[in-house]
This record gives sequence, structure tokens and C-alpha cells, in this order.
Amino acid sequence: MSTIYITAFIVGGLICVIGQLLFDVAKLTPAHTLCILVVTGSILDGFGLYEPLIDFAGAGVTIPITSFGNALTHGALAEAEKHGFIGVLTGMFEVTSSGISAAILFGFIASLLFKAKGNI
Amino acid sequence: MDKKKYGALEQKISPKTPLLKNCLKAFVTGGVICLIAQIISLFYMTYFDFTERTASNPTIATMIFISMLLTGFGFYKKIGQFGGAGSAVPITGFGNAVISAAIEHKTEGYVLGVGGNIFKLAGSVIVFGVFSAFVVALVKTILVKLGVVGW
Amino acid sequence: MVARGVLTFKSKPAIVSVGVTAGPLEKRKSLFSKQFDKLYDDEHCGLDTNEHAHAKMVEDACMIALSKINCVPSDADFLLIGDLVNQMTPSSFCAETNGIPYLGLFSACATSVSTIITAAVLTEAGMSELSLAGSSSQHNAIERQFRYPVEYGAQKPETSQWTVTAAGVVAVTPNKEGCPAIVAATIGCVIDLGMTDPLNMGAAMAPAAEDTLSRHLKGHGKNVADYDLIMTGDLGKTGFKLFKQLASNNGNDIESNSRDAGEEFYGNDLAFKSGASGAGCSAAVFFTEVIEKLKTREYNRVLLIATGALLSPLSFQQQDTIPCIAHAIELTMK
Repeated sequence: MSTIYITAFIVGGLICVIGQLLFDVAKLTPAHTLCILVVTGSILDGFGLYEPLIDFAGAGVTIPITSFGNALTHGALAEAEKHGFIGVLTGMFEVTSSGISAAILFGFIASLLFKAKGNI
Repeated sequence: MDKKKYGALEQKISPKTPLLKNCLKAFVTGGVICLIAQIISLFYMTYFDFTERTASNPTIATMIFISMLLTGFGFYKKIGQFGGAGSAVPITGFGNAVISAAIEHKTEGYVLGVGGNIFKLAGSVIVFGVFSAFVVALVKTILVKLGVVGW
Repeated sequence: MVARGVLTFKSKPAIVSVGVTAGPLEKRKSLFSKQFDKLYDDEHCGLDTNEHAHAKMVEDACMIALSKINCVPSDADFLLIGDLVNQMTPSSFCAETNGIPYLGLFSACATSVSTIITAAVLTEAGMSELSLAGSSSQHNAIERQFRYPVEYGAQKPETSQWTVTAAGVVAVTPNKEGCPAIVAATIGCVIDLGMTDPLNMGAAMAPAAEDTLSRHLKGHGKNVADYDLIMTGDLGKTGFKLFKQLASNNGNDIESNSRDAGEEFYGNDLAFKSGASGAGCSAAVFFTEVIEKLKTREYNRVLLIATGALLSPLSFQQQDTIPCIAHAIELTMK
């Protein structure tokens, strides 16, 4: 039970290090880096490799943006298993709604509450 | 002076990116964010009716809520300057991209400004996530139907 | 036939007054803050948007420059100003408020000097008795346009520069005793040595500064030792090093008498990385530090080279390289 905290820290940190290498070595913009990680997550789930990682590292792999790609693919595959090809299209947001809906909701609330400040 | 020569001179004189230091900072920042999320998911498992799997949804929402507060009060950009990818890659960074755009474009009104620009930075992540998920799931479904692999 | 783009002003127009305003961060962090005329405690200057605050800073700088010579806006013949916002709306709104005949001029961060050159030309031709020239930038308004939303947590590299919140305006009249005189100028050519990184503008601009320096020296038959000071606009630490290297490769050793406004603006505060940038940076430093020291005769002849990166967010996204420009003026105190 308690090892999950250690693995979450280490695996989560390592995924971020991959991101940092894409920033600093490949000289990619944050947007390009995040897109690559999302696509990686969805491909890993295609091979069935992401779920075992969640068992191993918990939030260490569900919090990095790779899990967004995984969740989209996972939802699509789960529906495809039930309904065939049409499920690929309909199942995509089945699992992953919380990230996007929370971002929209809190983004809108933030725009009501806050003002941008250019301090350092 | 030609472009190639100047490029070499520029490489020589511009300060190098402190790669090791940046990676270490990204590791610690990203690790700490994931650790906090793990603790929050324990909270949802203990006090609510969530399993280890389903707890990740409310955990993500909570992390984005925290990201909203940090962004709104001007702390997230400071964390970002320290942590680099360590704060950009976790879902809180996705939240920061959405929330910072929303706050920034408030002056153009809620419909054209906030509504129109909220996914200005984070939109590409959703587009590529959805498209790659579609391709991966389609390929896998075809392979299963052909009997090459199982679910 | 004189060299192309190289101007000599026989009538020696004078800079009779300056007005410089700056934001709250500059109040706390800039080495030159004590020399600025007005500092705001609110980055929005009490207004609703960044752009309105931007316009307000320019308006105030104009009024300050005029009031120091006991003039009002209706005394001025021309308003020659520019900024970095799309279509330069802050400058235009300022012109709307004070009603002075207005030409908006864009040379990115080199606008501080290109506007003075224009004012000097009009004055030399006898068409202007009093012109206001200058440029400005507002951190939040520029960042959101060229880079990311202000609150977005992107990591800035060591070569990046901080856009200053400041506006600087000078009043230019025909020659006047006891005031710094504009004796010569060089209009820059666009130089592009293939730099693409918008977070390393200093490196992109350094070759343009060097080109203008050597053209100015050649065109006017001068050498670097003739100047007490050669000051560039906003090359920052990285760009300034490259500029000095390029100049010395070309036989101009400027190590001992050169300064860069961007490098010095925030002192050695590492949080600002390579230093300051923005159209307000060169204006704020040139019009306070340099003009002051000319008046006290610490400097007798200075060359100011303002540098600008002529990119847009669109040209960057379409993967174009960064074209750059530098304009120079020579000021003397006799």
C-alpha cells in the first residue's frame, strides 16, 4: 500500500523528465511536447501496456497528460468490444470526461474571479 | 558573415541550457504533484465510494481545482519557471493552460474572449488525443475482428 | 552623394525635454527607476485593460515632456510614436486623446530611435517647431500577443528577456543652447542571419546592431574612439556579448565605451534572465540615463543604436526566421 506513494513519485517524475528532454534537447514548444505525450499514452494503451502501469504507479501515471490519451483510447476500445466499430467513435469520452469538464468549469470560474498579473 | 558561421558563434556565446538541473527540477516537481494526487485519491477511496481505478476521476478534477487557485493567484507561472515540464506535463499543467487563457481573454468578453480562447493552448492536446485514440482503437478493433489479437 | 541611409543634420535639432513613465515592477526592480518621471503602483494604471493602461502611459509621458517646457498638446506640430501591439492601438488612442497630428511608426523595439530620426528630419526641413517622438511597451499586453497568457507556466530559458512596462517621449525642436543636439543618424537595413528562436531575440538582433554601427562609422568617417558612449537598445546579456564580438571581428573594439540598456535595466537580477526588452526599454534608458549624462557633460558625444526584432506571432508559427533592424542617432553636447 505505501509503496504506491514511492512509485507514484518516481514514475510521475520520470514522465516529466521525458517532457523536459523534449523541451530542452529536441527544442519543442510545450504544445508539441504535450501532444507527443498524449499520442504516446494512447498508443501504449493500444498495446495494453498502460493499465499495468496504473496498477504499479497509481497517480504517477494517471496525472501526467499521457493518461489523457490512454483514457480516450481505453473508452473507445471498451465500447468497441461491446458494439463493434461504431463504439470506437462513441466510447472515446466515456472514461475521460472529468479532466475536460473540470478544466472548462474551473477555467470559466477563474475568469470570473481573477485578473492576470505580470509580476515575477 | 554568413548564416552558418553566425549560427556557430551564437551557439558558442549563448548560455547553455542547464539540462541536468532542469531534469532534476522537473523530476521533483512532477513527482511531488503525482504524490499529492496519490494522497488525494486515497482520500476519495477512504471517505467516498471509489475504487482504486475510479478514484482517478475525482482526483483529476481536484487537481485542476488546485491548479485554478495557483494560476489565479499567480503562483503557477512561478512553479512553471522552476519545474519546467514537471509542472507542464501533469494534468495541472493542462488546467493551467486552459485557466490562464480564460483569465487572459476576459477583457474581450465572456463569449468571444473566454469562450473563444479557453482552448487556445490546450486545444491541440485534445485534438491529437482524440485523433490518435481513434486511430489506435480502430486499428485494434480491425485486428481483433480479423482474429490477429484478442481484446 | 552621401552613403545610403546615412543622415547628417546641419541644423542640429535639439532634444529639449523628456517624459518617461513606467510600471510597478520597474519601480521596484529597475536600476533607473529614480530617474523616471512617473511610476504607477498598478500595472493597469487603474484602468480596465492592459491596452488602455499602455495608452495611458504614453499619454502621461507626452504630457510630462510638454509640461517641462511649459507647452500644451496644441503647441506640438507632430506626434511620432509607436509600440508593439497589433496595429499600434495604444499609440493611436494616445494621439486621439491629445489631438496632435500623428504618424504611427513601427520598427519594433527600435522605434525609440526611428521616431527621433523622423522628428529630426522634419525639424531640419523647417516643417516642425516642436515634435514629440518616442515609443512604449506594456509587459502584459505584449506577452499575451507574442508569447503566452501572462499566467501560463512556461519555462523561460536563460536567453529570454523580460518585456518592460515603460513609455518614453522626447520633445524635439530646432537647435537650442544647453540641450543635447541630434547631429547625425543612420537608418538601418533589415538583417536576418537565420535565427528562429523568439526566446533568444538578442542573438537575432546583434548582427543588425553591428551592421548599423559599421555603416554609421563608415558613412560619417568616424571611429569608435570618437564616442564617449555607444549604447544599444535591448540586446540583453547574450545579444550584447554577440554584438561586441561581431564588432571586434570587424575591427571595432567597443568593450570600453559600450553599454546596453536591456542588459542594465534590471541590474543583475537573475529572475529576468538575459535582461530587459521591449520598445519602452531603450526609450526609458536613452531618455533618462543618457540625456542626463549629456546634460551634466559626463558624455559629450554618444551613439544610440536601438534594435528591433521584426517578427510577428504568425511569422514565427509559419517557421520564418527573425528579420531584425537597428537605427542609430548621434547626440552631442556643445
